[in-house]
Amino acid sequence: MSNNITTEDILRISGVDTRKCMFCGKCSGTCPAFDEMEYHPHQFVYMVQWGMIDKLMESKSIYKCLTCFACLERCPRNVQPAKLIEAVRQAVIRQQGMNHMTENDIPGLLEDKLPQQAIVSAMRKYKK
Amino acid sequence: MQKIGVFVCWCGSNIAATVDVKAVANAMRSEPGVVFSTDYQYMCSENGQNLIKDAIRDYKLDGIVVCSCSPRMHEATFRKTAMAAGLNPYMVEIANIREQCSWIHKDMPEGTEKAMVLARAAIAKVKKNAPLTAGTSPVTKRALVIGGGIAGIQTALDVADAGYEVDIVEKSPTIGGRMAQLDKTFPTLDCAACILTPKMVEANQHEKINLITYSELENVSGFVGNFTARIRKKARHVDEKKCTGCGVCTEKCPSRKGLNEFNMGLNTRGAIYIPFAQAIPNLAVIDTSNCIHFKTGKCGICEKNCSAGAIKFDQEDEIIERKYGAIVVATGFKPIDASYFDEYAYTQSKDVVTSLEFERLMNAAGPSKGVLVRPSDGEHPHDITFIQCVGSRCSHDATKGKEYCSKICCMYTAKHAMLVREKYPDVNVHVFYIDVRTPGKNFDEFYRRAVEQYDVDYIKGMVGKVTVEGKKLHVQGSSLLSNDQLHIYSDMVVLATAIEPDPTARSIGTMLTASMDTNDFFTEAHPKLRPVESPTAGIFLSGVCQGPKDIPETVAQAGAAASKVIGLLSKNELVGNPCVAHANELLCNGCSQCERVCPYGAITYVEKEVRGPEFRGVKRVAQVNEAVCQGCGACTVTCPSTAMDLKGFSNNQIIAEVDAICR
Ligand SMILES: Cc1cc2nc3c(=O)[nH]c(=O)nc-3n(C[C@H](O)[C@H](O)[C@H](O)COP(=O)(O)OP(=O)(O)OC[C@H]3O[C@@H](n4cnc5c(N)ncnc54)[C@H](O)[C@@H]3O)c2cc1C
Ligand code: SF4
Ligand code: SF4
Ligand code: SF4
Ligand code: SF4
Repeated sequence: MSNNITTEDILRISGVDTRKCMFCGKCSGTCPAFDEMEYHPHQFVYMVQWGMIDKLMESKSIYKCLTCFACLERCPRNVQPAKLIEAVRQAVIRQQGMNHMTENDIPGLLEDKLPQQAIVSAMRKYKK
Repeated sequence: MQKIGVFVCWCGSNIAATVDVKAVANAMRSEPGVVFSTDYQYMCSENGQNLIKDAIRDYKLDGIVVCSCSPRMHEATFRKTAMAAGLNPYMVEIANIREQCSWIHKDMPEGTEKAMVLARAAIAKVKKNAPLTAGTSPVTKRALVIGGGIAGIQTALDVADAGYEVDIVEKSPTIGGRMAQLDKTFPTLDCAACILTPKMVEANQHEKINLITYSELENVSGFVGNFTARIRKKARHVDEKKCTGCGVCTEKCPSRKGLNEFNMGLNTRGAIYIPFAQAIPNLAVIDTSNCIHFKTGKCGICEKNCSAGAIKFDQEDEIIERKYGAIVVATGFKPIDASYFDEYAYTQSKDVVTSLEFERLMNAAGPSKGVLVRPSDGEHPHDITFIQCVGSRCSHDATKGKEYCSKICCMYTAKHAMLVREKYPDVNVHVFYIDVRTPGKNFDEFYRRAVEQYDVDYIKGMVGKVTVEGKKLHVQGSSLLSNDQLHIYSDMVVLATAIEPDPTARSIGTMLTASMDTNDFFTEAHPKLRPVESPTAGIFLSGVCQGPKDIPETVAQAGAAASKVIGLLSKNELVGNPCVAHANELLCNGCSQCERVCPYGAITYVEKEVRGPEFRGVKRVAQVNEAVCQGCGACTVTCPSTAMDLKGFSNNQIIAEVDAICR
């Protein structure tokens, strides 16, 4: 699969500034899905920065992320790697032109404490 | 008609590359009042200054305008030049055509036009200048040092050795600060107490040093050379003259609930206590919040056991008011509260400790008498994980933590790791790091010894979380170089927590009108060229209160601050700033607004007979103490009746400048 997704696209979709990362590895030290992943949260940061988007889009790692936000919560530099992973996932789905749920399914699933992004990613990832 | 001279400087190519200096000099020649105008390559050079002096004499100038760099650079230079030629130094105006013109413009015609406008404004102002004479004020030859850590002690010793009186105000019952709590010190591993205690003793015995411990600053007024400080000496409930420091009371006291501050709360102490064996002054103090007598009126066991009769339950706080010529801030630091970073389980396990707690656990005078044991069960640990950068190097928008690098923790962590491996070779030691930062003499060599000689396991990566699993601490972190997630089961975890200024720093800063940065570290007058002075005259900075530092740097800076203090105290009088405020009594209506805004307390009010065309009689008017006024101008913009004005920067002068610019 070759696609035209660029670093800028991922940064725009995610709202992340990868340059803030100091590569401390705390995100990857935190991540509960680490062992399942080929590329780990801190690698998403530099791979997006260096334009290695294709590799990330082709990797199973994007579906292994639990969107638990532990990396986002603990990152000392507020880089929010989970948002990058979500953006890569979204890029793939946009290319495939498909969602697993429709917007109509969402209101029924809403819960006060659930992060909105988790719902959106659920829409992308899971069948009802 | 006034005779004004204009001198346009090229500043090499700094100005001349963007401003047509000859055109500016020519244009100014036709300004009303200007009788001489010229340009020169370097006005501040000796030749340049001679050119100005000659022109003042030859053309009998009564005011000059120098179009050059910022007045912060050379206003003083050109004022001296004018004075040497017989012109009052306050008849000099600077038009800043470098920082505010040539350096920020690229286009020559634009830059030239703006330089002309700035020059015209300065000419308009100098025409309204009046000769001013600076007053003088005497210097009180005594220094006040706030904080008795190694920084304060060193500054005090150096100032006292030069022959001046120094008072150290220390808020805790003893001097010594954080250094007294340390075990061994990098990079030489000498014992902290062994090198600190002699200095504490020297400070105590020095005839010029007066220790005011267990005391806090309440208020400071005055100005450089003439500060008045009010100090609250808290009641120890122990007579300082009688107590021999024998410590019998501290052993007999039945209250054992007070947390031992010196041991970072790792154990408890009596309600009457002496902070540590080498405390100076070696005097007991009663912590009234834990004393049974203060709670119930009973007990009094200390009193019964004190053979010196030193216990004084009815002792009261004492207020000391004293004058000082200079004030040194040496308020030091504290580690941040590690419970903000609870992913490391600090509040969940006693075996997760901060580095300063670890110092106490390793120290022979600490709660475990120097035998390293797990705080939870007193057992010998077999595996210890150190985590660096806890709460340091966080981004400004992160939910917690400091933006700066705390600077000392890489080195003390290497020290801790090495000391453990030296004393207990059976203990595995891991260090998680982001970077190992060890610039400093013999510092990197020190860290390499930890790795190469002591076999400490340095892992590049951060710990994501620590969880308590039975008796073990499960440390989950990443090893970036092997791209692995590690799971280490440790017996203890040590957090290299960030350091922050003492919590009282902000209130001290406000009291002294000394500026601070957003982290509450004190700001220096110039980050490179005036590193130990506050921008507020007469206030000096020593030690970690200015920014993170280790002991060698602290001591060097403490000596530097002392030399600045000595320079000030060696003067008999100080020349003041004549650009001070004064109230026009005819306009002043005594409303008190100016008094409220004056940060220096320079304004008072008097009932006075005033005679003018519209008013005759007695009224309340503002009076400015010229020795105290710093010329900040706050009152002039506050005064609703435009009665307050600043000499040298009068409302008229500023309007004249604006008019010239808008012409
Ligand atoms: C865990 C750890 C290990 C370290 N190990 C080393 C090492 O091995 N080698 C090394 O070189 N450095 C080491 N350091 C650094 C060292 O501790 C500091 O450089 C040094 O203590 C700074 O001294 P200071 O006088 O500036 O501050 P402090 O030691 O903090 O002293 C400040 C003093 O001012 C007093 N004070 C504060 N506010 C007021 C107030 N408002 N009024 C009156 N008094 C006040 C305080 O009570 C205190 O006594 C270590 C630091 C830590 C945290
Ligand atoms: S994203 Fe954050 S936690 Fe991860 S490596 Fe970068 S700075 Fe560290
Ligand atoms: S959000 Fe994804 S990448 Fe981040 S810690 Fe959770 S599982 Fe790992
Ligand atoms: S000195 Fe070392 S451990 Fe401390 S904040 Fe800086 S890099 Fe981190
Ligand atoms: S200018 Fe006014 S406010 Fe400022 S110090 Fe002087 S009297 Fe006080």
